[in-house]
This record gives sequence, C-alpha cells and structure tokens, in this order.
Amino acid sequence: MSVMPTAVAAESVSVEIGGIGLALHVQDSSFRRMVENRYSGFVASSQAPQCEFDIELYDAGEPVPADDQLEVKLEAGEWLLRRGDFRARWNPRTMRGHIRQSCNPYAIDSVLRIVHSLILAQRGGFLVHAASVIRGGKAFIFSGVSGAGKTTISRLAPADAAFLSDEVSYVRRDGNQYFACGTPFAGELARAGENQCAPLSDLFFLEKGPRNSIEPIAPTDAIQRLMRNILFFANDPELVKLVFQFACEFASVVPMHRLVFVPDERVWDIIC
Amino acid sequence: MAEKYIARSTEIAARMLGGEMMIMSAQDSTFFTLNEVATVIWQAADGCTPLSEIVRGKICQEFEVDAEQAQRGAERFVDELSQHGILLVSERPLIDSSDPEIS
Repeated sequence: MSVMPTAVAAESVSVEIGGIGLALHVQDSSFRRMVENRYSGFVASSQAPQCEFDIELYDAGEPVPADDQLEVKLEAGEWLLRRGDFRARWNPRTMRGHIRQSCNPYAIDSVLRIVHSLILAQRGGFLVHAASVIRGGKAFIFSGVSGAGKTTISRLAPADAAFLSDEVSYVRRDGNQYFACGTPFAGELARAGENQCAPLSDLFFLEKGPRNSIEPIAPTDAIQRLMRNILFFANDPELVKLVFQFACEFASVVPMHRLVFVPDERVWDIIC
Repeated sequence: MAEKYIARSTEIAARMLGGEMMIMSAQDSTFFTLNEVATVIWQAADGCTPLSEIVRGKICQEFEVDAEQAQRGAERFVDELSQHGILLVSERPLIDSSDPEIS
C-alpha cells in the first residue's frame, strides 16, 4: 500500500512568514509542538509550501562544537549554514534543504531568519533591524541600532495599530511596491508580531531627542543607514552587491526620513 | 615618482544617486560617498590612463585647481580606496580591469 500524503503531513509543520511558507519535516512530535507554539500565529495550513526542510535532531548529549560563530556561505549552488548548535544546507533552486540541529528553539529560529533573508534577497526584499506597525492600512518601519527606540516606538503605538515586530521587520517587494509583513522574531517585547502585511508608506530612522520632528535625510545617507541595518548573514560579495542594488531601488520608491522623538505617545501624531 | 594606474575593482557595488556616487565594498561592506572630484577620478579609473593624466586632463580642466595640489589630493584618495580593495593600483597599466555595474 502506498504511503498516504496525510502521513507525511502529520510529521510536518509549515511556518509562513511574509507569504512564504516553509514546511519543516521532523519526526519528533515534541519538537513539532515547540515549533507550533513558538510560531503559533504563523503556522500555515497551506499544502503548497514554497520551501521544504528535513530536520534531523541530534542527541542533547552529543557535544556541541565550542566555536559557535555563524557561518553562511554558498558552495556548489547550495547555501551552507553552520553554527555550534546547527548545520543546515539549502538549495535555492530546488528550494529544499536539510537541518541538523539540537532540540532548541534558537537554532530553528536562526535558520528561519537566514533562509528568509536569502529568499528575500532573490526577490528584491530584505530583513531589517527595525520595528514595524500597520495603521490605517499603511505600514511604517522604524529602523535603528540597539537603544535607538525600536521597542519604545512600538510600545507607544496607538491601540488601533497592528504590531508587526519590534526587532526584525520583513520587507517584501511586489512589482514596484513594497510591503511590510509581521514576523514572529521577537525583540525586547518578547512578543511575536501579527501575521499581516500592508503596503509600506515610510521608513524612519529613529533618534531620541528633545522634541518630536520628522527631518529630511540625504538619499546617500539614507541608503548607508539602511545598509547598516539590513540583516546580512552571508559574507558573500555577490549577495552584498545584490542587496545594495535593492536598497537603492527601495530608496527610489519608499520615502525615508529621520524621526527625532521624545518617548511619549504624541510622537504618533506626526507619524500618521 | 612612479606613475600610477588605477582600475575599479569588480568586488564593489556602485551607484550614482542625487549627483553623488555611492560605493560599497562587497568584501568588507565599507561604504563611501564620493564628491564631484572623486567621482571624476572614479569614472576615469579605466586601468590604462595614468593618474597624472586624469588629474591634468580632467580634474584641473573641470575644477580649475592647481595641478600639484590636485595630484596630492588624488593620490590620497586613491590610497584610501585601494586600502579597502575598491580601487586597484599598479605602476603598469591594468589591462584586465573590467567595469563594475554603474548606473
């Protein structure tokens, strides 16, 4: 008797972020439950994921290499991802991959971030260190280094705003339009974003200051700041060139500004 | 002093925006924004035109600056960018140089 598709599906969990579904095939049911809980708002019912991974869990007793530095490189057409707690490979042509990891949520979280950043880089989008929200049908991104105020601006958002992330924002390109999408990648708020997307209206570079104001920024300065905050996992020159090109194209479409703000909710009066 | 020939590395990403040339090293992600004079040198870095000729024929002509001063400034600029692998420098023509995508 042939193996029924439902038997395969029962050993899989699909996580969909930014409209891109990643099916994770793993035998260990407790690991699947962990993934379902951690990414609860993003677990997809889609039967047609765009990307698939077989996950092999290694014994917790197995020694983990002391060097836990992340390495991401392209080798013979496959991306190789390696850190102390995981080794993964992913073929961007077949969209299939394999992950060997310890049974911890951080490893799969890192793999998801890296794979999404690589998929987005093929499509003109990127992951960026930024908070993002949707209000009035439009998305707003607030970028900055640690301490710039990403979590603060998220916390101050009006009640009618949908929270997308306070740490890693997801920018997807569709034709000549950009969208910001929610991610489950939590920052200080320890709160997953809502699984929503909206057309991107503006990107702000956050600066705490004595007053609330939106200041212009030179295009070259904006691109330089944006490049600093885009998540690069791979030390790959071709990828750097590609992301730079996409950042320039993004800058020609999406207005970018400096947002100087005092940490109270009135800042939202000048945003939207 | 030995002549210098300069060529743009292929390990960079570059783009002209708002009248300014942005260059990013694909090796170490260093980012440079070039002013008008630097942009002229960058665009003339074809690997076979001596730097002194670029200075005399383009910089001094277009910006009306003293040749000696312009040459010193150009040398400093070339040294800085070459340290990041953005410009390739040689005492002989770099005939294998190729253009990065500049738009």
